[in-house]
Amino acid sequence: MNDVTLKNARLADGSIVDVKIAQGVITEISSSIKADGPVVDLKKNLLLPGLVDLHTHLREPGKENSETVLSGSKAAVHGGYTALSAMANTSPVADSAGVVEQVQRLGKLAGLCDVFPIGAVTVGLHGEQLAELSAMANSAAHVRIFSDDGKCVSDPLLMRRALEYVKSFGGVIAQHAQEPLLTKNAQMNEGIVSGKLGLTGWPAVAETSIIARDILLAEQVKSRLHICHLSTRGGVEIVRWAKSQGMSVTAEVTPHHLMLTDELVESYDPVYKVNPPLRTIDDVHALREGLADGTIDIVATDHAPHAAEDKDCEWSAAAFGMIGLETALSVTATAMIATKLMDWQSLAIRMSTKPASIGGYVNHGLIGVGAHANLVVIDTEARWKVDRTQSLSKSRNTPFHGHELTGKVTDTFFNGVHVLANSALTGNKYE
Amino acid sequence: MNNLLSTKDMSAKTAFEILDTARELARITDGPNKKLPTLRGRTIVNLFFEDSTRTRLSFEAAAKRLSADVINFSAKGSSVSKGESLKDTAQTIEAMGIDAVVLRHSSSGAAQRLAESGWIKAKVVNAGDGTHEHPTQALLDAYTIRSHFPDHDRDFSGLHVGIVGDILHSRVARSNAYLLSSLGAKVTMVAPSTLIPTGVDQWPAELSYNLDSVIGDLDAVMMLRVQSERMSDSYFPSEREYAHDYGLSENRLNQMKENAIVMHPGPMNRGLEISAAAADSKRSVILEQVANGVVVRMAVLYMLLGGVPIAGGSEIV
Repeated sequence: MNDVTLKNARLADGSIVDVKIAQGVITEISSSIKADGPVVDLKKNLLLPGLVDLHTHLREPGKENSETVLSGSKAAVHGGYTALSAMANTSPVADSAGVVEQVQRLGKLAGLCDVFPIGAVTVGLHGEQLAELSAMANSAAHVRIFSDDGKCVSDPLLMRRALEYVKSFGGVIAQHAQEPLLTKNAQMNEGIVSGKLGLTGWPAVAETSIIARDILLAEQVKSRLHICHLSTRGGVEIVRWAKSQGMSVTAEVTPHHLMLTDELVESYDPVYKVNPPLRTIDDVHALREGLADGTIDIVATDHAPHAAEDKDCEWSAAAFGMIGLETALSVTATAMIATKLMDWQSLAIRMSTKPASIGGYVNHGLIGVGAHANLVVIDTEARWKVDRTQSLSKSRNTPFHGHELTGKVTDTFFNGVHVLANSALTGNKYE
Repeated sequence: MNNLLSTKDMSAKTAFEILDTARELARITDGPNKKLPTLRGRTIVNLFFEDSTRTRLSFEAAAKRLSADVINFSAKGSSVSKGESLKDTAQTIEAMGIDAVVLRHSSSGAAQRLAESGWIKAKVVNAGDGTHEHPTQALLDAYTIRSHFPDHDRDFSGLHVGIVGDILHSRVARSNAYLLSSLGAKVTMVAPSTLIPTGVDQWPAELSYNLDSVIGDLDAVMMLRVQSERMSDSYFPSEREYAHDYGLSENRLNQMKENAIVMHPGPMNRGLEISAAAADSKRSVILEQVANGVVVRMAVLYMLLGGVPIAGGSEIV
């Protein structure tokens, strides 16, 4: 099932090639391959390495009514992803070898993409005591990314220890940068709109102060820091400075922060309620520039499914979060490529190669002879309208419903298995 | 009028229609028989998810004087404490057959959400949503100011209104800033910087940190209630310091212009934002505000449920 020859694939550099896949691995790339088995004609659509998400909430175990590893995998493949990183804020929290192994096993059972569990930094995400990081790293799940995402590791000493501790097994701490005391009861970006709407503000400084602190901590102990969902101009500027000093920090931005602003909150529709919150147009421009110039290394979805009742309510009662796996590629293309800020080659680096390298996902992020055939096919010219009812996620909380986007994922190959064809699941899976 | 959610987008024309209607309703009901048959057969629910005796009583009195049936719902002791949502509560009550919902809720935007979400068809009046708006309070304040400055009956330009205190958390301040400025008044907000919302420079109002520099120029001063929890959240160091800098003391009262009035949306913290001398002075129109609240809310309910605006001399049935 994972032997196939792809004809007329357009690579990011513009060349048109055929790609031969045997046993899930790319064995030949050349201008014309005589196929001796199944063939898929890509009709000069763009072939990129399968997308890699470092920030996905799959809700299993604990909230299977909003998402499961299986439904999240379906949504992922629908959006061109071949690897996910399952955030630790499940119930129970993924703070032990048992839970991360369970999540990884569920991913293997789904068989649609790789599901790499992220381990919690602290026990129960309580920010008080380190979780058994080494046990998770040495488990069958081989955890390398640790995060209390949803909560900030706000205690500076604990953060320092975590950064130091994961060095011994090449781990990275992915920080949700939000100083909790500055964001008590925060509901949206602090700014003109929050003042007008009477909603408690989430000030930019709550993000920038933690980013600055953690960059300096990571530098002090010579460890690796990854900043989750950067959302402010100030955050971009601090990371840019740190990189100019040669410090070891990487950063991600979500598609929604590249596209949407806090003015949408004027509707009081909780579909726009997300953490970190939607910011201003100035922040959006800074994030786009940062992603274009490489200050921001990667795009990550922060796919956060929520059941209908958690969004169909008044603002302050609603949950934070948006789904994003199925729209990430198109939103990023619309924000960055249609605006000529970036080309497809850079997009492939930001959405596949670089996240794979940060996570240590060696079978992802590359197209080349000997590489695993984790691939996505994109109709770059397609314009399509997002319809939340067509989502393969269990949840419907996309802020892009009704938006017209550029570039559409048509096919996904996972270890050579054709899991998505013509933008629909084939029913195939990798066993 | 479909709903009354905020004053932010309310035109001066609509506001004056409401105020004219209220004045006419006040005239007609200023006798032993205070009741009109206008809304007979209509049902209005007071949906109060937050404690507020005076606003609820005011809406109830307004509805009853128009002969509407009134259902009162308050969150305490209701199924809300068992986790029933705004949506379910509103739909449940609508199923009993209601024409309008008067909503008080602690979540900013709750009234707009209820009106625009498609959950119910009934009309929605915002009786205070979180720290966002309280439009009928602003209307009754405008009504009160108008009654004291007859030269400005059609235009508030030339009037200077000060709003003093916790602007950040005040729905009364937001609604008044928008409404009074759209009627033509100059509005100045006075507060310590910690209690001023971000982006206030975009509001149709001036800003001052110094009450003494403003007080002598005001035609009306509106003192906002200061919640005691603001102190524990370090918005200001002590009640004493707050009262010293921003309270309406007798001394400040005496610096006011001859015809200037003192307003307060209630309930008051005597000795904190307002001295007893100010609260009980002849400038104080605080009880008038309460009385005016009923006629203004009558006008709102009347216009919301299909009545046309009325001016002097028209017949109301």
